[in-house]
Amino acid sequence: MATITPALDTHDHSHDHAHGHHEQTFIQKYVFSTDHKVIGIQFLITTILMLMVGGALALAVRWQLAFPWESMPLIGRVFGLFHGEGGQISPEFYTMLFTMHASVMIFLVIIPVLAGAFGNFLIPLQIGADDMAFPVLNMLSYWFMWPAIFCFGVSFVASGPTAGPGNGWTSYPVLSDLAAAAPSSGAAQTWWLFGLTLVGVSSMMGSVNYMTTIINMRAPGMTLFRMPLTIWSMFITAILQAFALPVLTAAGFMLVFDRLSELLPTTIHSVFFVPAGIIVNNAAPTVGGGQPLLWQHLFWFYSHPAVYIMLLPAMGMVSDMLACMSRKPVFGYKPMVYSMAAIAGLGFIVWGHHMFTSGMNPALGMTFMTSTMMIALPSAIKVFNWIGTIWDGNIQFNAVFLNCAAFVALFIVGGLSGIFMAAVPVDIYFHDTYFIVAHFHYVLFGATLFGVFAGIQFWFPKMFGRMMNDKVAKVHFVLTFIGMNGTFFPMHLLGIAGMPRRYADPYLHGYLEHLLPMNQFMTISAIIMGFAQFLLLGNFFYSIFRGQKAGRNPWGANGLEWSAPSPPGHGNFDVPPVCYRGPYEYSSPEAEALGQDFILQTTAPPAGVQRVAVHH
Amino acid sequence: MKKFWALFFWFWPLVALYVCLIAPSRGWWFPSEPLSTLGHQIDGLFYLILIIVTVTFVGTQAALGYALWKGATKGSSQKAWFSHGSHKLEIIWTIVPAFVLVFISLTQLDVLADIRVLSKFPDSVQNSPVAEVMARQFEWRIRYPKPGTKLMNEPQPGDLYFVNEVHVPAAVPTMINLRTQDVQHAFFAPRLRVKQDAVPGLIIPVWFEIEKAGEYELLCAELCGWGHYKMKARIIADSQKGVDEYLTRLELEQNEDGVADAEASAE
Repeated sequence: MATITPALDTHDHSHDHAHGHHEQTFIQKYVFSTDHKVIGIQFLITTILMLMVGGALALAVRWQLAFPWESMPLIGRVFGLFHGEGGQISPEFYTMLFTMHASVMIFLVIIPVLAGAFGNFLIPLQIGADDMAFPVLNMLSYWFMWPAIFCFGVSFVASGPTAGPGNGWTSYPVLSDLAAAAPSSGAAQTWWLFGLTLVGVSSMMGSVNYMTTIINMRAPGMTLFRMPLTIWSMFITAILQAFALPVLTAAGFMLVFDRLSELLPTTIHSVFFVPAGIIVNNAAPTVGGGQPLLWQHLFWFYSHPAVYIMLLPAMGMVSDMLACMSRKPVFGYKPMVYSMAAIAGLGFIVWGHHMFTSGMNPALGMTFMTSTMMIALPSAIKVFNWIGTIWDGNIQFNAVFLNCAAFVALFIVGGLSGIFMAAVPVDIYFHDTYFIVAHFHYVLFGATLFGVFAGIQFWFPKMFGRMMNDKVAKVHFVLTFIGMNGTFFPMHLLGIAGMPRRYADPYLHGYLEHLLPMNQFMTISAIIMGFAQFLLLGNFFYSIFRGQKAGRNPWGANGLEWSAPSPPGHGNFDVPPVCYRGPYEYSSPEAEALGQDFILQTTAPPAGVQRVAVHH
Repeated sequence: MKKFWALFFWFWPLVALYVCLIAPSRGWWFPSEPLSTLGHQIDGLFYLILIIVTVTFVGTQAALGYALWKGATKGSSQKAWFSHGSHKLEIIWTIVPAFVLVFISLTQLDVLADIRVLSKFPDSVQNSPVAEVMARQFEWRIRYPKPGTKLMNEPQPGDLYFVNEVHVPAAVPTMINLRTQDVQHAFFAPRLRVKQDAVPGLIIPVWFEIEKAGEYELLCAELCGWGHYKMKARIIADSQKGVDEYLTRLELEQNEDGVADAEASAE
């Protein structure tokens, strides 16, 4: 891959592909498409819509915390679910709200928007391939999302409209294992598990594809260390996904077998997670010899790496965008790559920090504490390098840059609050309080979602050949930023004040009563933040049809994707790309010689300069 | 407008700091001073981390804001600094945080051992739990051994029961056995800084030393079903004498068959 010689082959191949003249029907082109760009955009639009669903669930949670047991708008009266109760929701409905908020946001928004939408759209374009290695598999990875969405949808109503899955997105047994344990532990829980498994199938098909594509299909000259950090992050994420996910899938099936054992033949009558002699709701004592902590180990063995699956791609994308908008190379490219690899590697040995109060062996707690502390190190290195990237740059203060700067600023908060929870004795107090809710929202919303907002804006012209409106995007940015901090920053203080999470009515406890006004302030901030997303939605859909037209390279960026037409046709590149240099040569002397502050990776060096044939 | 954005990124950390600064005076802080011996150690570690984290927060946000300010005030004709990074800086900002993180980690170990490692529990409580706290949806069932006997894992005739009230002696180390009858729960006493999950199938010893007699909240911190929020109970710390009296009273009440009263009223 590192020499220019194979270029001719690639040329012919992509030529065939781009001008193959096989007519496609509408369904082949836009619905069951095997084109990575269409699939990426399908993922993007699906996840943006799911973001609104997850957001609505979050607002319902916030409503209950600010105005406990008051008539809930929409759910209470219009849908008539709780008409008899005067619109007052039931506590089990509240458990459903936060469970499904987390499930939708994690499994149907954050993971698919990063890997599914941006991974799909960007990987072939940024490495100079005409499509993914396995286009049909790629199509299936999108279309397996819909059965998953269907299962999650069924789970809302499977046990009746007021008893959706309510055992938390972590679904700890025995609560999630025995149907008698809660109104939400019946059929709803089983459907939820099917949904989870299908999301896993979709992710797995994606990650196999990404790994293969990145390893095998890079354009001539695109050596590993000339790959944009986005590609590195997608590659590392795909590896994480591929190695962690099977464990969750297995755990999911174990839980399903436990749950269905009454329906299935006795040969697979299992009690993986249920110890003997448990009496739930006056049901007969359980028979078994299972261990509920096993689920926690298996679940977090996936779900901790998953936290990085939900973050690393955004880190890579933000690195790309910060360099472009600061007109400067990424500061410390290799340390950036190594620190992402370190996060991924360490990510496999820190899962126990979710279990510091679980009663596992304290010696394990000590080990997990140290590894967890050390994972803060690569994160810190990345923050310093991002600041170094902006430092003394020619900053373009557009919405892309602002969202990226917010990513860095808010990731710092999320990273630092993590240190409290990595320290076991301090975590003993903070575990399962609002402090942790603050922490992961700063990482997943503050960092990842702001990175996604920037990414949508940045790659929009490549997706649709038009620009999004920068002014509207800035208003969206300011409202979201203020709403986000107004909602989540006070959660740190609630956590310090000892307010447990997942409480339908914390004010039942005297020492939390005085926190009601603060919760009301947070809910108002959340409403502002929630409604601000309509600006994103409006800007997105309006600009698809009416946005200002964009050329190939509206940002003056360097990546291979910017040498393709906007939007790229089937097969991506009209001129098969050859890569001559790294992706971040902004303001380099070479660029200056051309009278510009960027130099595309495809720009050939002046004759006589043999830079391409370097083997790495 | 460029300067506005730079100031924007300087401004919000200041607001955040201000909010944290006034938080204790507004009651947005710990529910009270720690009221157990381990609680003091936990809070000490919290404040140690808080100082390190605050310094880092201020430093990084100020640097980020300054980088933005530099960019905002740069003339458009000036060119960006063409640099791929600095090996020296990378080494500095790898080694310094590494030391800080290892330092934080090491400071935690002793306290963690004191809280969790059975062999490090105070001698006086080793293997002598005063009560069994059995969580169930959605209450706490307390089982004391018959006064003068030891608590056994299996319920014994003569054991005393009560719901949602744990009586323990103050000013001495105390150990309870934590169990659950159904799903997972967690024993959380915010003012004592005690939290421990109750795991189905396990008996988990939890020790603490409450400094003063008084009433302390006990609640559940692990999602246990729809009524999770209402597992409200009290830990009542009293002198050893007071606890003994309470248990005697409880024993009397529990063994009361009503006959004596009937005879008394018949006379």
